[in-house]
Amino acid sequence: MNSDANPLLTLAWTFALMSLFAVGGANSAIPEMHRVAVDVQHWLTDKQFADVYAISQLSPGPNVLIVTLIGYSVAGIAGALVATLSMCVPTAVLALCVSRFLARSSHARWPAIVQAALVPLSIGLMGASGFVLARASDRTLAAALVTAGAAVLASVTRLNPLWMLLAGGCLGFAGLIG
Amino acid sequence: MPPDSPPAAVPAPSPPTSSPPSLIALFVAFAKMSLAGFGGVLVWARRGIVDQHKWMTADEFNETFALCHFLPGPNIVNLTFVFGSRFRGIAGAIAAFAGLVGPPVVIVTVLAALYQRYGEIDALRRILAGVSCAAVGLLIAVVFRMMWPLIKRRDWIGLVVLAAVFVAIGLLRLPLAAVLLVAIPISLAITFAMRRRGAA
Repeated sequence: MNSDANPLLTLAWTFALMSLFAVGGANSAIPEMHRVAVDVQHWLTDKQFADVYAISQLSPGPNVLIVTLIGYSVAGIAGALVATLSMCVPTAVLALCVSRFLARSSHARWPAIVQAALVPLSIGLMGASGFVLARASDRTLAAALVTAGAAVLASVTRLNPLWMLLAGGCLGFAGLIG
Repeated sequence: MPPDSPPAAVPAPSPPTSSPPSLIALFVAFAKMSLAGFGGVLVWARRGIVDQHKWMTADEFNETFALCHFLPGPNIVNLTFVFGSRFRGIAGAIAAFAGLVGPPVVIVTVLAALYQRYGEIDALRRILAGVSCAAVGLLIAVVFRMMWPLIKRRDWIGLVVLAAVFVAIGLLRLPLAAVLLVAIPISLAITFAMRRRGAA
């Protein structure tokens, strides 16, 4: 625990920096969030991290909201706001600058190359997110089966994902997950 | 707050079909898309921007999204910012961003407060455990859906890069910045070399 540093500053610095490396979106940065929040700063336990991810998926809105929850658990409402803005604003401003630059220039070739190069990286990062979260939440065989079931159902059907989250919640409430 | 500040005097580069939306319209439209979007806002953003409001054509939307996808950070937030600024400059960007993020942040903060207070109740712990198992499954399904095109066109190099990043971040738990500072140049070099070979 980094107790002598101002927690809001730590949050701001951590997430602003992290957002610049979140290739492919907020879900790509989940292993890094877990590494910082659980292993380095001890803001959350492994189980709390899995819970926070579940809550962020249960709420409407962009995936980035997991950052809001981590911020809240560190420093309340101020922490939630600081974490959210730090994760969103730097890259949004960057996107704005790049889009204006591209509108003015005709270098239309390199964005396609950069994009093609980043695709495997962002899939690898999201795969790692799935793995880190599975290790945090699938502690029993039944839990792993629920994860596998949801993965298969979501792959082969067009079922609204909310139904699968609710089904998981019901199975958990019934005590089937342990 | 942005919604009642005057429209910024930025030349809006020819909106596709209808007249440029007001700041309030931007805020409300993005708040609606965001609140409808469980497990990702992109689908709703496309529906709202392209189909409902006709603020962009499908091609313009795809182009803007592609740009925001290759840049780091939360894609949909980037998209919202770029989109808002296209119509109303910085004020538009802030209005759209406030709509996208404001209402869900309020909701999620309330949930966080409830969790902090009642998170230790046994029934709630069990429910959340079940939800998180299912949520992880959904994420894994997304990963497979994104991997499928690489598998289908036998992009072995891409798959090796993908696997290397997975091992470095998921198994070895190395810091993200360090991994990407190595992986991005390598992947760029490979992609560039392949394109040149393909063109020759």
